[in-house]
Amino acid sequence: MINKYFFFKGFKSILSYDSPAIALGCCFIAIGALLKDLGFNIQESVFSTMLTYALPGSLVMAESLLIGSSLLNIFLAVWFVNARLYPMAVSLFPLMMHKNQPKWKYYFSCHFIAVSAWLIMKSNYEKIEKEHRIDFWIGIGSATWSVAVLGTILGFYFSGYLNKEMMIGLAVVNPIYFMCMMVGASKTLEITLSVVLGVTLGPIFYFFSPEWSILLGGVIGGTIAYFISELNVS
Amino acid sequence: MSVSIIYAILVTSAATFLSRFLGAISSEGIKETSKLFKWFNCLAYATLAALIARTIIFPVGVLVETSYIDRSLVVIFSLIIFFAFKKNYVYPTVLSAVFLSILSVLF
Repeated sequence: MINKYFFFKGFKSILSYDSPAIALGCCFIAIGALLKDLGFNIQESVFSTMLTYALPGSLVMAESLLIGSSLLNIFLAVWFVNARLYPMAVSLFPLMMHKNQPKWKYYFSCHFIAVSAWLIMKSNYEKIEKEHRIDFWIGIGSATWSVAVLGTILGFYFSGYLNKEMMIGLAVVNPIYFMCMMVGASKTLEITLSVVLGVTLGPIFYFFSPEWSILLGGVIGGTIAYFISELNVS
Repeated sequence: MSVSIIYAILVTSAATFLSRFLGAISSEGIKETSKLFKWFNCLAYATLAALIARTIIFPVGVLVETSYIDRSLVVIFSLIIFFAFKKNYVYPTVLSAVFLSILSVLF
């Protein structure tokens, strides 16, 4: 089963001085208010966050519902937007794989892959023995997921008190927090290059294909960064 | 409307879980010291950076109502705060919300 010590150690990571809880909570407050405006009831809003737990995907679903898209279109649009979760999972799970741990933990906890939890784990995994990293990860994921659900509930019920300027303030919190985390994580040549090239190429590709811009910017920018860092090593 | 919302939630969660689950399965045969892992690490960071840049430069939702200049000022302001406070994540995050709200009221 899950090791309680490492689970709670991971869970408590959101209580640190540089916790993502504030940024994450603010974003999901905005999502809760948005879903209420769209006609979701409280149960639907909470289930949406619990089951999806990915901010861009939730925004795409909301926009798609507004324009009356079909379910197939929603599926494809969300899949494209959230395709970033695939390389995020592949670059995280090998750090946690251990022969003494059952597979179900990995399949269950992949639901927690999201930018905030991923960045916390990437910053802290070296402090935890490999065998217990999966329990630590489940703790981090449970904590960030709980904050997201709580934020959605708060946003739903307090949407009447949020004016346009406050919603704008809440909406900018997430990208700024992630931007700072990415800058803070840029400690090696390969990561720094990946971040710089992703920031540059993503918006450039937007002019050619808005739907594919994030993936193209990520794949091409990341591949160039990988080869440059390999050349530098050799 | 309520039925379509439930289907939309289910479809959205399936589309999201698919990428996560495929990632978890694919990573079973990848060693953390391998070149493939290093490449995926670069892809993940570059993809996240592209997503953040797109969110700020080509936003969706309420951020559309703010100007490029306002958003650029907030980014510069947040980076200054980030480095001024020894890479603390909370100060620039909270202050960015206040700063952009003020800018959107003033301009």
